[in-house]
Amino acid sequence: MSEAELELFLQASVRLGAPLALAALGEAVTERAGVINIGLEGAIIAGALGGALGALAFESGGAGVLAGALAGGIVALVFAAFAVGLGTDQIITGTAVTLGGLGLTGAVYQARFGATGTALTLPTLAPVRLPLLADIPLIGDALFAQAPTTYLAYALAPALWYFFFRTEWGLELRAVGEQPDAAAAAGVRVRRVRLLATLLGGTLAGVAGAHLALAHAGTFAENMSAGRGFIAIAVVALGRWNPPWVLLAALFFGAASALQYLLQALGLDLPYQLFLAIPYLLTLAALAGWLGRARAPAALATPWPPPR
Amino acid sequence: MPRPDRFRLGAGWVGAGAVAATGAVSALLLIVGGYDPFEAAGAALGGAFGSADAFLSVTLVRSIPLMLTGLAVAFAFRAGVWNIGAEGQLLAGAIAAAWVGLVGRALPAWLLLPMLLALAAFAGALWALVPALMKVRLGVGEVITTLLMSFVAIELTAFVVRGPLQEPRGVFPQTEAIAAGARLPALVPGTRLHLGVVLAVVAAVAVAWLFRQTKLGFRMRAVGASPEAARMAGKIDTGPVTLVAFLGSGALAGLAGGVQVAGVTYALYEGYSPGWGYTAIAVALLAALDPLWVLATALLFGALEAGAAAMQRDAGIPAVWAVAVQALLILAVLALDQMRRRANAGSAGV
Repeated sequence: MSEAELELFLQASVRLGAPLALAALGEAVTERAGVINIGLEGAIIAGALGGALGALAFESGGAGVLAGALAGGIVALVFAAFAVGLGTDQIITGTAVTLGGLGLTGAVYQARFGATGTALTLPTLAPVRLPLLADIPLIGDALFAQAPTTYLAYALAPALWYFFFRTEWGLELRAVGEQPDAAAAAGVRVRRVRLLATLLGGTLAGVAGAHLALAHAGTFAENMSAGRGFIAIAVVALGRWNPPWVLLAALFFGAASALQYLLQALGLDLPYQLFLAIPYLLTLAALAGWLGRARAPAALATPWPPPR
Repeated sequence: MPRPDRFRLGAGWVGAGAVAATGAVSALLLIVGGYDPFEAAGAALGGAFGSADAFLSVTLVRSIPLMLTGLAVAFAFRAGVWNIGAEGQLLAGAIAAAWVGLVGRALPAWLLLPMLLALAAFAGALWALVPALMKVRLGVGEVITTLLMSFVAIELTAFVVRGPLQEPRGVFPQTEAIAAGARLPALVPGTRLHLGVVLAVVAAVAVAWLFRQTKLGFRMRAVGASPEAARMAGKIDTGPVTLVAFLGSGALAGLAGGVQVAGVTYALYEGYSPGWGYTAIAVALLAALDPLWVLATALLFGALEAGAAAMQRDAGIPAVWAVAVQALLILAVLALDQMRRRANAGSAGV
């Protein structure tokens, strides 16, 4: 394997890992508050369509990202209205929100652009080379010549770690996810914390979707989220609900997907689908405790106040 | 985890109200989208129920995988097992079925077909065994693990149809057609309706009987209602009950995959399931986790899919609307059920 091939592989890993990282970091916040948002897939696809429409309307990739974030946030608001506001079951609500997101985006897209599937060309989110950092041999281009949304993921990982473990609000958020009754007794407004955590998660999922449409594909296609919302939930588990590890886990999932391009470039006829399964198996192993302790927040997926 | 009893509709008005609310909101959305809701409804109803063939060959055939996966979800949820990986268990069953149907060409049909269905169910159960053991032995929650196993199954399907089970020319990511003796016979000659619908009804009756008439069924419902109470007051060992819920659920989902391969597609291909395992959650919920009602709600969802296809063809309305309608239906049930609960709690003075 030449250095050029390795560089391309690393680049593809980061490119494929970045949207997962954005969605997973957001979902980590949501889950730390005791809410599992299976509707993340719906927020991502809404973010992709919102990003596409926003970028077209304002002829700017940056405006597209903002529109995508807004769209993802709105989807999360629907989820939160039911799962946090009404206290409905999170799994079922999330399933509905994912179905709704996929269905409505498909319908809106076809209504706006027709069912023929003429490929849409969007104002893209161009890569930005970070001076000095991008000149590091081998990894410089891969890590530091990416779309700006990728840098958002890099920045969020340490920032969220600091927020979780070094701030009062972070402590309250984690308390809500571990022992909501105790948190409520201590004066924390459990449902408000859960609402905000869910909205942040959806907003970042929307950014991830906009990244897919604007930085990755340069177009919108129905179902282009392709299961990434569910994969992000796996990424959070592999990253043990700890933001820096979540970022690394996302890049690892990206690398597993990028492996197929590397194998093709090297002319190796290996069954890459089996490699694609590896991150999921590793996540299972992590949850089983074979890779150190990985424990979900104790109150994850439990409605609060508890159903009567 | 919340208790499955929360989904008991109790009053029929929740179901009826949800259907009515969904109809109203859908009509409104269609008007906003610039379509005529009456034309849409006419086309959809015609496509789903307009003729004997539309009903038997399209609606009913589409509802069969939803009946079996819906039963799978209800079976697990009733016992408090949140198996959201029916998708993967279905694929495991489909892989096993395709394999049996391809390698068993020399066997007579009376042996081959039962073998195919049994192995499909077994494969589905095996796929559920991993999250089951992780839950029972290690206390790892099943929501994430069942989801993970689905992804492994999706990749495994992609592998086998490009690798060991690929059609001999090696061009398309699919298998060859399975042996004629491995196929489910037609139920009504001249239609696409196959024997699988009978299997689904028998399975639903069997699950209903198990829940209502057997000790095991009682234990499953008790554990589902409250694991602590079942353990403390009922002296029930929850581990084996949970295991049965996982394996039975996986077997039903696996059977769904086997029935689809043997009854409809006769082959396995990449991207095999359009999400039956996820839609099944909606089917089971709308049926209030009641096995017999699952048959009815699966039929409703099958009609919705058949109707959507006709709507696109005859009225030019994108078929993806049906997916959004399914979502609206679930949300309406959730909201109305929650309101009913609050009203009941209020009248009881809580």
